[in-house]
Amino acid sequence: MLDSLSALFAPDGPLGLLALSPPGWGGNLLLGLWHSMQIAVGAYALGLSIGIVGAYGKLYGNEVVRDIFSLYTTVVRAVPELILILILYYAGTDMINQVLLGAGFDRWAPSRLLIGTVVLGVVMGAYMTEVLRGAILAVPQGQIEAARAYGMSPLLLARRITFPQMMMNAIGGMANLWLNATKDTALLAVIGLNELTLTTKQAAGTTKAFMLFFIAAMVIYMIVSVVSGRVFAAIERWARKGQPKLGGGGV
Amino acid sequence: MKLTLLALAAVAALGTAGMAQAAPIKVGVAAEPYPPFSSPDASGKWSGWEIDLMNAICADQKLDCVVTPVAWDGIIPALTSGQIDMIMSSMSITAEREKVIDFSDKYYVTPAALVVAKDSSIAATVDGLKGKVIGVQVSTTNEAYAKKFYGKTSTIKEYQTQDEVNQDMAAGRIDADLADQFTLEAFLDSADGKACCKSLGALPYDNETLGTGIGAGLRKSDTELKAKINKGIADIRANGTYDAITKKYFNFNIYGG
Amino acid sequence: MIALIRPMLKPHRMIMLAIGVALVLYCALSLRWDWVPHYWNDGLIQRGIWTTVWILAVTWGVGLVMAVGLGFAQAAGPWWLSYPAFGFCSVIRGTPLLLQLWMLYYGLGSLFPHYPWIRQSAAWTYLREAWPYAVVSLTISFAGYEGEVLRGAFLGVPKGQLESARAFGMSRWTLFHRIWLPQALYRALPTLGGETVLQLKATPLIATITVVDIYQVSSRVRQDTYLTYEPLLMLAVTYMAITGLIVLAFRWAERRIPSKVA
Repeated sequence: MLDSLSALFAPDGPLGLLALSPPGWGGNLLLGLWHSMQIAVGAYALGLSIGIVGAYGKLYGNEVVRDIFSLYTTVVRAVPELILILILYYAGTDMINQVLLGAGFDRWAPSRLLIGTVVLGVVMGAYMTEVLRGAILAVPQGQIEAARAYGMSPLLLARRITFPQMMMNAIGGMANLWLNATKDTALLAVIGLNELTLTTKQAAGTTKAFMLFFIAAMVIYMIVSVVSGRVFAAIERWARKGQPKLGGGGV
Repeated sequence: MKLTLLALAAVAALGTAGMAQAAPIKVGVAAEPYPPFSSPDASGKWSGWEIDLMNAICADQKLDCVVTPVAWDGIIPALTSGQIDMIMSSMSITAEREKVIDFSDKYYVTPAALVVAKDSSIAATVDGLKGKVIGVQVSTTNEAYAKKFYGKTSTIKEYQTQDEVNQDMAAGRIDADLADQFTLEAFLDSADGKACCKSLGALPYDNETLGTGIGAGLRKSDTELKAKINKGIADIRANGTYDAITKKYFNFNIYGG
Repeated sequence: MIALIRPMLKPHRMIMLAIGVALVLYCALSLRWDWVPHYWNDGLIQRGIWTTVWILAVTWGVGLVMAVGLGFAQAAGPWWLSYPAFGFCSVIRGTPLLLQLWMLYYGLGSLFPHYPWIRQSAAWTYLREAWPYAVVSLTISFAGYEGEVLRGAFLGVPKGQLESARAFGMSRWTLFHRIWLPQALYRALPTLGGETVLQLKATPLIATITVVDIYQVSSRVRQDTYLTYEPLLMLAVTYMAITGLIVLAFRWAERRIPSKVA
């Protein structure tokens, strides 16, 4: 079994180009995947933080806060990610550098991994705001009022009542956003960041084995997607424990 | 806007003159295989004539240079916005580009050439290419050349990378591939190129579109770096390093007259 | 008109509006816009917008029809239909569109040299162009995502409705196109609006396979003029305008639906 597997990935084997060490490109693809995952996790974490602030701001903030967050979610969700990436990638660093240089500091060239993470995080934040806002709205108002009547402090109320129930409602949307985060990293190929999709294209272009590498990358993305699906399903079961089962109609 | 930029740049040049040595110089190359000048290998390292040349220049000038792949169509904004500090990506020195960035002295010259399908009867003239589809890489001198001479009579199809032009030439989606001669020869040496295509040779040189040779792109404010790179090019030309590197990839002179 | 103006009269909104106006004025006056007439008179900008719009419209329409099949197969089809439909939707939703697009265009392209007869066939006129790949790729992508949405919508139609329709003696086809499909579409409508915007936002990717859409036009401007921000700003405004139209269209459609969905 192992022998035939290693024969498959031998330099002259049918999958030799995918071997982990050169001349195979497998190691390079995995490095690309590692970059993609770093960006996805970072962007998701940033998006979640923005989303929590944004959702609470949109629901409970004063008018100014509400308007600012509405503007943010509307603009970000109306402009293609690709263009936001380009604008923030060039304009963002340029502006920071003009300020830095003006203040007499050295030019700051953040790693593109960082820029990619921040840009996708800002995009993610807009969608996360909406997902979490919807989830909070779905928490029955009576429960919140009852908790208030019991004299719960706002923090305790959030921890005991709103947050657990919100999680339950939000988990489906959050799972979708995580999958979007992993797939949106591919857009960073357009600014030349060597994540999985660009690495795949470079490997394909250099070796001319286009189909082999594209299918390999598809498989890698599918594995990520299926594994994440499982993880989120487990989280959802945990978050829903004690709740009536979700069930649709159908025949 | 321009003035403040210049002022800021001047402040930066004064304020950081001492520190510039410390940070590595990010040398931008197009993030695509461009053999034999620069292409990534299976381990993700970049190699090729231009990479060797860059290393030689940086070693000569004791600069710490790192290869930074960026998208070709954004390579000039990447330089001006500070993502990279220098471009060494077979970029021709043209009057248009010199309005935005500065160039070192040239380090090689390449004419434009034309590749067509093996069985095609296309001639490398305006009439011969009439109604045909010519593939070029965007924002290259070759694109400018193709538009100037064939733009009215042929369809010019633009690609993000030269690798994609070659790929579509092999696939047969375009009738002709107009690019730098040396990289086209590398394409014709590859299995795909051998199977599909033939060269129609170099096209007549045109200074306006093709420029005066290929140099390293630099920010206008980085005069110090420019002086060093020029010194480095002159040094390795003089001490034989340039020829030694060239021999590894070409069997003819690519520096030009 | 007054209804539009009154909400803007609050102090903070007036300040935000003033900042907005100042930003627009700054962009209009201190950035360079002299290239716009040139590309407008060329017709390049209009052609770019037109390409984006027609590709969006065609892939939306065909994709939605495919999605009805995919969704229904998963919700009510036999296993030999629902499994492939589920697999298709999973792969489309699990991998980046950019990768699918490149696989279709460059992956297939790399096979052409091995099969010379392809170039002699009638399909070659289309296979050598870039837009058919863009259309196919965006269509199956939309079908994959909406197939999933419609699966949920088909399952969400109350059982009682279907049972009473059967009790009325409706044939299976009548049941499907009179009861099941319209109710599923009504349910999916709010989601569909958002998904249409997402589809619009996916269109600029086709520029990477040489289709000249509005994104490609702006890159051309960027490369011709060496301006970084102006073409990108033009793009952002264009996409926001199209998004606005889509949102308005779906609001109008939602208002027109007579029945309340239970």
